[in-house]
Amino acid sequence: MDRSVMAAMLRDMLLARAFEEQAAQEYAQGNVAGFLHLYPGEEAVAVGVLHAAEPGDYVVSTYREHVHAIVRGVPPRQVMAEIFGKKDGISGGMGGSMHLFDRERRFLGGYAIVGETFPIAVGAAYAVAYRKLPEAVICFFGDGAVNQGTFHESLNMAALWKLPVLFVCENNHYQIGTEIHRHSAMVEVHKRACAYGIPAEKVDGMDVLTVHGAARRALERVRAGDGPQFLECETYRYRGHSMADPGSYRPAVEVNAFVANDPIAAAIHHAEPHYPSAEELQCVGPDCVHRFTEHCCAEGHLDPAAVEQLRQEVGAIVQDAAAFARQSPAPEMVDVQAAFLRNRRFETLMEDPQ
Amino acid sequence: MAEMMYWQAILRAHDEEMARDPLVFAMGEDIGVAGGTYKATTGLYAKYGDQRVIDTPISENSYTGIGVGAAMLGCRPIVEIMSVNFSWLAMDQLMNNAAKIHFMSGGRIRCPFVMRVPGGTAHQLGAQHSARMEKVFMGIAGLRVVTPATPRDAYGLLKSAVRCDDPVVIIEHESMYNLKGEVPDAEFFTPLEGVEVLRSGRDVTLFAYNISVHWALEAADYLAKDFGIDAEVVDLRALKPMDRAGIAASVRKTHRAVVVEEDEAPVGVGSEVMAILNEECFFDLDAPPLRVHALDIPIPYNRRLEKAAIPNAAQVVAAVRKLLGK
Repeated sequence: MDRSVMAAMLRDMLLARAFEEQAAQEYAQGNVAGFLHLYPGEEAVAVGVLHAAEPGDYVVSTYREHVHAIVRGVPPRQVMAEIFGKKDGISGGMGGSMHLFDRERRFLGGYAIVGETFPIAVGAAYAVAYRKLPEAVICFFGDGAVNQGTFHESLNMAALWKLPVLFVCENNHYQIGTEIHRHSAMVEVHKRACAYGIPAEKVDGMDVLTVHGAARRALERVRAGDGPQFLECETYRYRGHSMADPGSYRPAVEVNAFVANDPIAAAIHHAEPHYPSAEELQCVGPDCVHRFTEHCCAEGHLDPAAVEQLRQEVGAIVQDAAAFARQSPAPEMVDVQAAFLRNRRFETLMEDPQ
Repeated sequence: MAEMMYWQAILRAHDEEMARDPLVFAMGEDIGVAGGTYKATTGLYAKYGDQRVIDTPISENSYTGIGVGAAMLGCRPIVEIMSVNFSWLAMDQLMNNAAKIHFMSGGRIRCPFVMRVPGGTAHQLGAQHSARMEKVFMGIAGLRVVTPATPRDAYGLLKSAVRCDDPVVIIEHESMYNLKGEVPDAEFFTPLEGVEVLRSGRDVTLFAYNISVHWALEAADYLAKDFGIDAEVVDLRALKPMDRAGIAASVRKTHRAVVVEEDEAPVGVGSEVMAILNEECFFDLDAPPLRVHALDIPIPYNRRLEKAAIPNAAQVVAAVRKLLGK
């Protein structure tokens, strides 16, 4: 793989991690309210998949979508300002952390109801296919979403009409606080796609290169007109479901194993859970970001000095984003009206039918 | 000016809009090859093909959402839900997505989405196929809700809805698809806002919408003929946003009001109109307004009981006589 692509992916992973940690800090300081769902641990999925996408592709995401937006090119400043609920946010402060939208970059939104993104993505894919355009739609969702009726309804229609959509399951093993063996009769999520004849693959979602390769192959098939494709990325979130959730329902041995990206992670996954202490959760080790960093250095794509430079660079971007968000003005009620009424132009219907 | 049926007027609006704009497409259950349960899309499949007249699986929530997703990319879908009762299944996509996306995006992503729903109590369809759900839709900020009472408006409102950049719900009526009426030959658009005074009068205003417009008109004829009462009939037509000024203007003239609705009373169109009267023109009222509405029960299957559960012109006449003491 091209060295510059490797560097770009590592940069985005580092940026994603730094951004989310900064967001957590801002939340702790009271600058961010509401729900805040953070992505650390899952960076290899967003970065691997989205670096395989074309600029014209559409992305539909969930409420854990800051990183998808940033990797897609939405300026971190505008993402942070939206999380702060400020006027310069990408949704003008009307959406918040869970509702980032960027028309220009074809980011079709973060959605806060689990499972409601499948129809949106399939509808976008319908519009693309209808106009015979070469783009693909990428739909991210978690393992919890596959038990919604919309998952089955939408996969059926996507396959029935051979639509250009890539379904990407970020399987972090938990629907909020319930472990997958306790919420799904079929824990191998990709097998569910087979019910609709959709080609599906399961990959190590902690390995960005693996994710990237699988996503590239899947998107090639989408663009070749093979219809929908399905990718299950097995991953793990290091934090709780949201900032309101300490995540203490997860056994420490499991958290540690995923942070260390230990190959025994899957085996211990069946272990009887015990509830860990705060100390037990204070663990460090080579997670997906560290793993890829080490890989880049070991393969000679980057040296530690270059990595350090990337860290400095993303650190500065994140600091700048937070400073920007802090100084951005709060939206007023007139801005609410403007956002709400902007489309309401029935009175001009006769003059301007388009 | 041609006379046509309600379903033919809807079909004409579909056909004209689809012929004009290739981004307009229709989707729903049995609307294509089968031509639609109420014939409102008959012949469109043969003319426009399966890409533009889409027979969907029975997956209301998802195909509604597919319409929303396509609308976000600039398409102008007309989604038909076979019966308003099934739209409960589509409520997440309608109220969490269609109604809110343009707002949540800071007004930057448009959602020009149209949902057509045949509603109302028809002929012994049972409790699960007789709902009137306007109260649900009109409670959702971000939607427009309109209710055609005539073939003219069935045509004109669909035309306007397709051209509008907002999500619009059109509530049709299962008992009115064969209703005949005059529809002008030249293209026209019925406004998605505002009331229409269908019969001018000076003694009392009858507010109605959808099928209840016909009960109100029938009652107005009786009132004039048998009791010498001159009733004004106002078609509310747009339930969201509701025309506060138009409602108040009529009552400032007549000083009395009766709201006629096919739905149950609680949290309904009548309660909303009465709140508006209270807020806008309380001191213009000569008597407390009344509501004529359905019984607050699921619709019974038995024909006699079904008819007894929903209002009719006689009940409107009785309410007006009570109001005027005649």
